[in-house]
Amino acid sequence: MDIFIQQLINGLIVGSIYALIALGYTMVYGIMQLINFAHGEIVMIGAMVTITCINLLLGLGVQLPGPLLLLAGLLMAIPVSMLLGFTIERVAYRPLRRAPRLAPLITAIGVSIVLQQLAMLIWGRNYRPFPAILPTVVHDFYGAAITDLQIAIFILAFLLMGGLFFLIERTKLGRAMRATSQNPDVAGLMGVNINTVISMTFVIGSALGAVAGVMVAANYDQAHAYMGFMIGLKAFTAAVLGGIGNLAGAVVGGILLGLIESLGSGYLGDLTGGFLGSHYKDIFAFVVLIAVLIFRPSGLMGERVAERA
Amino acid sequence: MSIARYSLIAAAVLALTACGKQQPAAEQGAASAAPAASAESSGGDTVKIGHAAPLTGNIAHLGKDNEYGVKLAIDEINAAGGADIGGKKVKFELVSEDDQADPKTATTLAQRFVDQKVVGVIGHLNSGTTIPASKIYSDAGIPQVSPSATAVAYTAQGFKTAFRVMANDAQQGKVLGEYAVKKIGAKKVAIIDDRTAYGQGLADEFEKSVKASGGEVVKREFTTNQETDFNAILTNIKGAKPDLVFYGGMDAQAAPLKKQAAKLGITAKFLSGDGSMTPEFIKLAGADAEGQISSMPGQPKEQMPGGKEFLTKFKDTYGVEVQLYAAYCYDAAKVMVEAMKKAGSTEPAKYLPELAKTDYQGVTGRITFDEKGDLKNGAITLYTVKNGKWDVLEVVN
Repeated sequence: MDIFIQQLINGLIVGSIYALIALGYTMVYGIMQLINFAHGEIVMIGAMVTITCINLLLGLGVQLPGPLLLLAGLLMAIPVSMLLGFTIERVAYRPLRRAPRLAPLITAIGVSIVLQQLAMLIWGRNYRPFPAILPTVVHDFYGAAITDLQIAIFILAFLLMGGLFFLIERTKLGRAMRATSQNPDVAGLMGVNINTVISMTFVIGSALGAVAGVMVAANYDQAHAYMGFMIGLKAFTAAVLGGIGNLAGAVVGGILLGLIESLGSGYLGDLTGGFLGSHYKDIFAFVVLIAVLIFRPSGLMGERVAERA
Repeated sequence: MSIARYSLIAAAVLALTACGKQQPAAEQGAASAAPAASAESSGGDTVKIGHAAPLTGNIAHLGKDNEYGVKLAIDEINAAGGADIGGKKVKFELVSEDDQADPKTATTLAQRFVDQKVVGVIGHLNSGTTIPASKIYSDAGIPQVSPSATAVAYTAQGFKTAFRVMANDAQQGKVLGEYAVKKIGAKKVAIIDDRTAYGQGLADEFEKSVKASGGEVVKREFTTNQETDFNAILTNIKGAKPDLVFYGGMDAQAAPLKKQAAKLGITAKFLSGDGSMTPEFIKLAGADAEGQISSMPGQPKEQMPGGKEFLTKFKDTYGVEVQLYAAYCYDAAKVMVEAMKKAGSTEPAKYLPELAKTDYQGVTGRITFDEKGDLKNGAITLYTVKNGKWDVLEVVN
């Protein structure tokens, strides 16, 4: 039983991170029908900037408690990622807004590769350890182990998601975003500045991505130039799983994917008598994706909600 | 939402998975654009030696280390005006390529070496790449000396061109298994491997040895050489309550594995093979590296016959510490050139018999090959992490 609880916890932590990244994909898709493949790289750069910043502060001999150092790193990474998201949209996607759908998609893949190589030039090809600034306090939760950091990740992820829902549903900017997602041309006629709305969508998505990147790096204690690819792919899967373009769907999809992966890799070996083992973990994400696309092409929550944002 | 729109997503997913496969090829472009040419490629007395290792990706640090090792040997020979081969001074040009630790890339690259008419190949780093590439070298008759491929299968294929200057996994796994049960006193053992030729091979040999020594394997789990999240398998292992966890794989996974185990409250001892015996492991695992035990074929670097001198030379030339196999690469290159000197020829067919008869006192020890091309009498050293450094625990001969 304690193993089951542990696997649930593992799944929830990783799932909440997926959800946070999936929101970035789904927001952009909701507004522009564009899959921003460079989003995974924004996550990676968020992680890398934080690590560099913390190491810099440590190098300067700054004496701060671990969580504050982490916060300082995060506060540095978020603007960098926001700026990056803004620039990508401005430089790579805006000129192609009226182009056929395939052009921005290919551009997105191109941007992703460029960012990956850029990160490799800046930070090198090695794995970067996350600075050991956080004490590893292990709590016992019904026989399962959970650290302070993991609890913080979980809570922060849901606070951010709540904040995003508030923004979309209750603010003027959110209303403009919803209007743009329904019909950009009409929204424009009603006085919504489409360019600003789209820029803001990228900026907000990138900020969430940066936070998620730091969570991944802190939770697994390392980051590297290639990390954005797989995590981006998983989050994208989560977004499609929940119904791409749908915010609540991204959250549900992310959590679900995290749980499926965790329980799947935990129990698959035993269930198949060792025929399939835990190294098939990554395959789950994609098998689930294929199954959903076959039986419910619009995703789990894709049809019920008409509004996208 | 139209159906067309969703089919586009499906197409995008397909495009993405396809691009996931091809992406490393794109990455390769930037990274291997600068093959380390060490000699001026003019004149008829320069021959090419190939070197292959992953120079990008998560063990690029080990690949670079290997490249430096070979480069050091070749630069030395060239700096002395070249090697005396058949009455002529012959210089060498190192063609170093990135195989990305990927078997498919490795075979493409091997073919490229053959087409470029290299006279010999030092490499590859991983067993998973060395084995498929060895077929191509064998067909072309090009001698191959791997500095670090330890999988038994490499030399068991019967290729006359395949050699290695390091003890293989059968020897290493046996020592590790006996050590785990007899010295550490572990009764219940859990094993994880990364499903590569090296990781799986070593883990299998370890498992055999544990059972032969009277230990019990309570859990066998698997991961991949790209993974960073081990929580699920570690949770399973925690449930089986082992005294010792063995990992067959490289440092990029071994380190986070150890860290995540600590977070899950696993107190078992951690044991691993040569792939994790690196400074990088300690850097990545931080304080959690303490107590890790890893083996490494050969004498301890400092106790190698030419070890101290080599380490200083390496540090002075490249400004970085030796990671793992550099000394073996250095010796592999020297052994190859020695064989050419004896044969009086750089032609593969002519110096190959001399290579098989090698008896060379290298930095890593005396190098002689058995009939399969395996290193004879390779020692194995066990190390442990103590106060943030690898300490020699025991040398097993």
